Parts: sequence; C-alpha cells; structure tokens
Amino acid sequence: MENEVKAPAGAVCAESGEERIPAVRMEGISKRFGHKTANENVSLEIYHGEILSLLGENGSGKTTLMNMLSGIYFPDAGSVYVDGKLVHIRSPKDAFDLHIGMIHQHFKLVDLLTAAENVILGMKGKRLLDLKSVRRRITEICERYGFEVDPDKKVYDMSVSEKQTLEIIKVLYRGADILILDEPTAVLTPQETRRLFGVMRNMKQDGKSIVIITHKLHEVMEISDRVAVLRKGEYIGSLLTKDTDPQQLTDMMVGHRVSLNIERPEPENLRKCLEVEHLTVIDSEGVTKLNDVSFTANGGEILGIAGVAGSGQKELLEVIAGLQNAQNGSSVIYTDMEGRTSSLLGLTPMEIKKLGVALAFVPEDRLGMGLVGDLDITDNMLIRTYMEGHGMFVDFKKPRHLAEEIVRELQVVTPGIDTPIRKLSGGNVQKVLVGREISGHPSLLMSAYAVRGLDINTSFMIYRLMNEQKKRGAAVIFVGEDLDVLLELCDRIMVLCAGQVSGIVDGRTATKEQVGLMMTSLGAGAAGAEEKEGAK
Amino acid sequence: MNQTLAQIISLITTAVSFGTVIMYGSLGEILTEKSGQLNLGVPGIMYLGGIGGLIGAFLYETHTAAPVPGVGLIIALACTVAASVLGGLIYAFLTISLRANQNVTGLTLTIFGSGVANFFGGSLSKLAGGVGQISVASTSSAFRATQHLTDKLGWFDSIFLSYGFMVYLALIIAVVMSIFVNRTRRGLNLRAVGENPATSDAAGINVTLYKYLATCVGAAVSGLGGLYYVMDYIKGTWANDGNIEAVGWLAVALVIFATWKPLRSIWGAYLFGALYWLYNFIPGLSRSSQELFKMLPYIVTILVLITVSLRRKKEDQPPSSLGLSYFREDR
Repeated sequence: MENEVKAPAGAVCAESGEERIPAVRMEGISKRFGHKTANENVSLEIYHGEILSLLGENGSGKTTLMNMLSGIYFPDAGSVYVDGKLVHIRSPKDAFDLHIGMIHQHFKLVDLLTAAENVILGMKGKRLLDLKSVRRRITEICERYGFEVDPDKKVYDMSVSEKQTLEIIKVLYRGADILILDEPTAVLTPQETRRLFGVMRNMKQDGKSIVIITHKLHEVMEISDRVAVLRKGEYIGSLLTKDTDPQQLTDMMVGHRVSLNIERPEPENLRKCLEVEHLTVIDSEGVTKLNDVSFTANGGEILGIAGVAGSGQKELLEVIAGLQNAQNGSSVIYTDMEGRTSSLLGLTPMEIKKLGVALAFVPEDRLGMGLVGDLDITDNMLIRTYMEGHGMFVDFKKPRHLAEEIVRELQVVTPGIDTPIRKLSGGNVQKVLVGREISGHPSLLMSAYAVRGLDINTSFMIYRLMNEQKKRGAAVIFVGEDLDVLLELCDRIMVLCAGQVSGIVDGRTATKEQVGLMMTSLGAGAAGAEEKEGAK
Repeated sequence: MNQTLAQIISLITTAVSFGTVIMYGSLGEILTEKSGQLNLGVPGIMYLGGIGGLIGAFLYETHTAAPVPGVGLIIALACTVAASVLGGLIYAFLTISLRANQNVTGLTLTIFGSGVANFFGGSLSKLAGGVGQISVASTSSAFRATQHLTDKLGWFDSIFLSYGFMVYLALIIAVVMSIFVNRTRRGLNLRAVGENPATSDAAGINVTLYKYLATCVGAAVSGLGGLYYVMDYIKGTWANDGNIEAVGWLAVALVIFATWKPLRSIWGAYLFGALYWLYNFIPGLSRSSQELFKMLPYIVTILVLITVSLRRKKEDQPPSSLGLSYFREDR
C-alpha cells in the first residue's frame, strides 16, 4: 500500500515540471508522551500556495505533529526544514518568526480581553498599548480576505465562529505564511464552514500554505489540493485530492477496508416505551424552550431527533432524564418490559433509577455532564454504581472489571484504566461514556450528538452500538446534526423547529431536503410525512 | 461639635495610616495574582519585609556613632525589598518551578515568615537589652517625617499632610500599577498569563518569567507594608503580637474587595482601616463587642464577594487560572 500511495506524491513534483522547494519539510519526526508514541518517523512536505489536508483518525497524531511545527511541543527525533533551511522550533515565538501560525481546535484566546488585545498578545512593540493602529490593521486584514470581526468585542461575547475568525486574524496579523487549522469545521454550522472555505481559498490565492487537520472526508474532497494520511502516529502517504476518492482515503486512514454504509436492521417486536405528551419547558429567563411536544419512542427502534442547534433537543433529553422541570400539563410516561407504566416527570435521576427504569443518557457535554475529566476510567464507572456495595464501603471490583472490559471491547486507546479521562482523545472519551451507559442494559438510551468530533471508525462503532441496543429491544433516541447519518441510521426522525415538533418522518423514505425544510420552517412538508406514518 | 470634628479627623487619619499597611499588602498581592499565582503567604512576606528593614536599620544605627536618618531609610528600604523578594522567590520556586500546591505553599510561607520574623525580633530585643528596647529612632524619624507646609491649614493638614512619605508612595504605586496593568503591553501580557497561561504560551509569552517577576515584585510591594508598619505605624520597634499577620489577612481580603483592581484598593484600604478601628470611636463598647467590630472588614469582603458573584460581571472575577500550576506538555 505504501508504494501505491507514494507514487502520486511524486506526481506533485512532476506536474510542476521542476523540484519545488517545499515551504516546510518535516523529516523523520518522532514524539513520545511517556510510553505512548504520538508520532513515529513521520515525514511530510507542505508547499507554497496549496491546501493540504492532514487526514487521520482520532489519536493518529495529526495534532501532535502540527504542534511540533507551531512550537508547542519539541520533537524527540527528526528535523524540520522551512524553505529548505534546517530550523529548530522550540517555542511558539520561534514558529511566528518562521511565519508559521496555528489555529488550535480549542481556541487559544483570553476570554476577558477584546479581539484587538488578543491579536497583539505577546507581540513586541511600544511599551504603551496603541490599540488604534491595531484596530486599523485588523480591519485591513478583514477586508483583504473577507472576514468580519469587531476589534473591540470581548471574546466572551463572541460566537464560536467569531472566535475562530479571530484566531485566523491573529496568525495573519503576525505575518503567517503557513497556516495550520486544527479541525476548524468541527464547531461550525454548514454556512459558517462555507464562509471559512471561501476565506481559505482567498488565502491560498495570496500564496499562503494551509494545512487543514480533519477527519471529514467530504471536506477533504471539497477544499484541499493534496491529502496526507496518518495512522497510529505513522505517515501512510499523500495523494492529490483529484486523484483519489473517499473510499480509498478511508481505507488508508483505517488500515483496512471500511464500508461507508450505515447498517439499519428492520425493527422487531416494537413496544411502546416512552410516551411524551404536551411537553412544555420554559427556562429561568422565561424563554419557551419546548412547546407542546408530543411523541412516542418505541423499544426496538431508533428515533432520530433533527433540528437546528438549540431547537430544544437538550431540554427534551434533560426533562426525560430528570434534570429539568417541565410546565404543568406535560406528561412523560414510561412503560417497562412488563407493561407497567410510571410517570417520570418531576423525578430526580436517583428516583428514576429507583423506579427500576434502566435509562441511559449520553449527553452532549461529555466531559462535564457525562464524565469527570480528572477521574480515571474506573472511577468514572463508579459514578453510576457508587450506591452499590457493602454498607458504607464502595465496591471497586465491578467498576474495575467494567472499565477493563470497555477498554478491551471498544478498543479505547489509553495508557491504562488509571489514566485520567481528560488525557484521552475525544473519540476515546466518547467510547468510555457510551460503554458505561450501555453496560446497564438500558431500556431507554438517549444520546445527544454522539458522534460529534469523532473519526469515521469511532463513529461507526457508535452506530453499531446504537443498533445493538435497538436489536436488544431498547428504545434509542438519537439526537444528531448530520442529516445523512440520521437518514441512514434512524427508523423514524422527529424534526424540531424552535422548540416545537415540525413533524415526524420515516427515516427510510424521507429526503434530506424535506427534513432540512422542516428544520427551518414549522410544519413544512410535515403533512406528507404524517400521511406516510399513517400508511405504515 | 468641635469634639465630633476632632473625632472624625482622628478616625480618618487612623484609617489612612492603618489602611496604608493593608494597601501595600494588597497591591503586591494583586500584582502577584494577576499572573495567576495565589500567594497566601502575604502575611509572612509582610513579616519578612518588616523584620528585614528593622534589622538593617538596627544594625546601621547600633554600629554608627551618629546615624543619618536618610541613610537608615535607604538601608531599611533595601533590606525590606531583599527580604520580601527572597520570600517571594521561595514561593515562586516551589509553585512555579516545582509546581507545588499554591494554597499550601502560601499558608506555609505565612507560618515561615512569622516564625522567622519573630525569632529575629526576639533576638534584636535581646541585643537591645530587653523587650520593647529596640529603637531605630533616627531611621524611624525619617519614615515619620510629615509633609507639613504651614500651620494655617487646620483640618486639611491633619487629613492630608500628617503622614510619612510611605502613605503617598502607596498611592503612587497603586496608580502606576493600574497604568501598567491596563495600559501597557507587558501589563496585557501579565493579565493574559493569569487568565489563560496556555494561550499566553502559545502567543509567545514567557509564562514562567512573568509568573516569577509578578510574584517577586508583588512580594517586594507587600513587604513594604511590613516596613511601613514597623517604622511608621509602631514607630520603629518590634512587637511579637501577631498584628502583622492580622493585617496580612486583611490585605488578602482587600484583594477580593478591590476585585483585583489596584485603584479600587486605595479607597478599599482606607475603608478597611476605618472599619477596623471604628470601635475606638464608639463609646461604651465592651471588649467582646470590640472584637466583633474588628470583623467588619471581613464582612464587607463577603458582601462584595456575594454581590460580585450575583452580578456575574466577568471583569470583576478573579484571574481564571488563579491558583493553578501551568505545565506546557501536560495533556
């Protein structure tokens, strides 16, 4: 495979007719953290005026590799050449001096400062701050590449996409010619992504080199000129984007053939599990978050929930899980395997558990609501079972076994089960969380954005786990943002629009356009959808 | 009527001179905390600063036939700065380089500082011939020289001009610090380090250097409070009564009261001073109710904390990384 992929990389040079000097050449780079190898003998070239995608699964060492270019880490072995000259990048400052700038996935901005203050942070200059000229230059950069940002806005008032824009301005202000963007689209809406890609193309026209770290294949295909693939810290190869396709890239990334189709078994033995009626939620500021929502979730099927972010998905799941209160007149009725019904409304999570309801919840906020970052895997298992044990003593044995089992079964990449969760990569954190939640054999499994930020392999593992629960007879509620996934995975999809149910459609027959329309305007296309429901 | 006026003037001057001790302590701690270092060793550092200056002045005066006040003053200042920077360095090395827990290290430094200071205070007393016999009259007189211009100003003179130079120096330091923190490039970097060291590091700021400097310079400023207390407030002697520690904790409370703003700590310090000594001006208080009155500064600090957290104004919150160690390759 290596030979097969290296040939096209040579073609880059052949195409331009001469040996181009790469803007950056990394040679034989290795980096270890303790016993964990993050990068092993990686060699990579970045050329002027190109957009290079750095593709790889979570934990494949993409970010670590680029962090060595931006001076956050220093390689254990290997050398870096910028414009053909050997350089040693020991600090972010060295990187700036070499015109390398990185936009990190977790923004490196100081919330309390304004945009302009963040931009000049750490730069040399006159003793007294001259924010006026900073503002002027920021405006210039904005006009040149088509950004929009208010230099005097405090970062804590900014939206995610504004923060990202500010990060890009920050590196451009420092004169970066080589920009590294670490999963820039993970937090953006499709519209914002499109705008970002526009800006990236403008920067490329300007002769800048851009590296985009991503695991979203369609983005690779859309924006990049060349793709370099990493797997488990090793460099697999690079290809010209126009010469490859998503399937080939996936295979390179994963190391074996992966089917890009999501499985959807036919629902069997449907039984009513959760019945929500006239659910209305008003938050502490008086905003109506959910308005008269009614639906049924059946055991043995996956109910997808689609909607623009903030349409009430979070509130819906939290009311069911006992974390929020609903208005009078709402009802949430749970039916167990034997047909007994009980109302979950107004109960605390503990009371719900005591009722014998096997409810599993994979919240959107994995490292806040779902898991405790500073605790290790075993202790995070304990959070679910701490009341079990003998008298006042906690039973550590079972959680430990469970932790070991999850690490083994779900292939969690971790130095050990005693490692604090926050040190794991996003995908592995999610595996631990989902693993814990399904370990209790839930009859109702709720998940919010379960695959957000996850690579293909992990995403497919999550889909598989959801399907297993469905086959077990659990009612699965799957809140998602990627319509393609929802339409392939879910049996039924409820579309929320501004806190109201816009309609419930059949996942097998609905189209992306139909669901998209229902997401933005209430009731559009729903009439047809309900007919289908009825027909079924 | 005249007696009331005299009482008010007396309360104000007491508040200003006592408040100045607190102000030094808190100004130093504000600078330190801006870098994310929570140095609870302020009382200890004020002890170190106080005893350092006293030792310097004492040795100078006992070894010189005719001590010159100005020279004693400079020696005392230099010794104070050296002693308190040493205290700051110990703290900085332990918490920044060795990443020891900041709370524990700070509290230990307080115990260490008061122990060292009282040990040397006792030794000085012995050298001087007995408890209360330490006298650095000449140096202390330089510290206590007031700013009288004329006798015709009456109450104005009492309220504004009846103090030693360190009262005015504290004001200058507060203003300069405010300008530094809010208007200069380095001040911006400092604030960023305290808010988000990882971001500052990525922006090319030497986080370790900023933390060390802020801690040491902050310690020097705090230490000046100890010196002012020894040389001016108790007129150049030593007392093993634990008062410096009490003032040190008031200084830490004042940092919170001032919501980490140097200028706010000016009037905050005077307010604390007034509240602390208010019991002296209320007739007929028993011993125990006097102690209750001394709690007032802490009560207003708690009220400020509650108001600030209710208002949730980001600008009034402590630096985000306050009390946390920073290590770049941590992941």
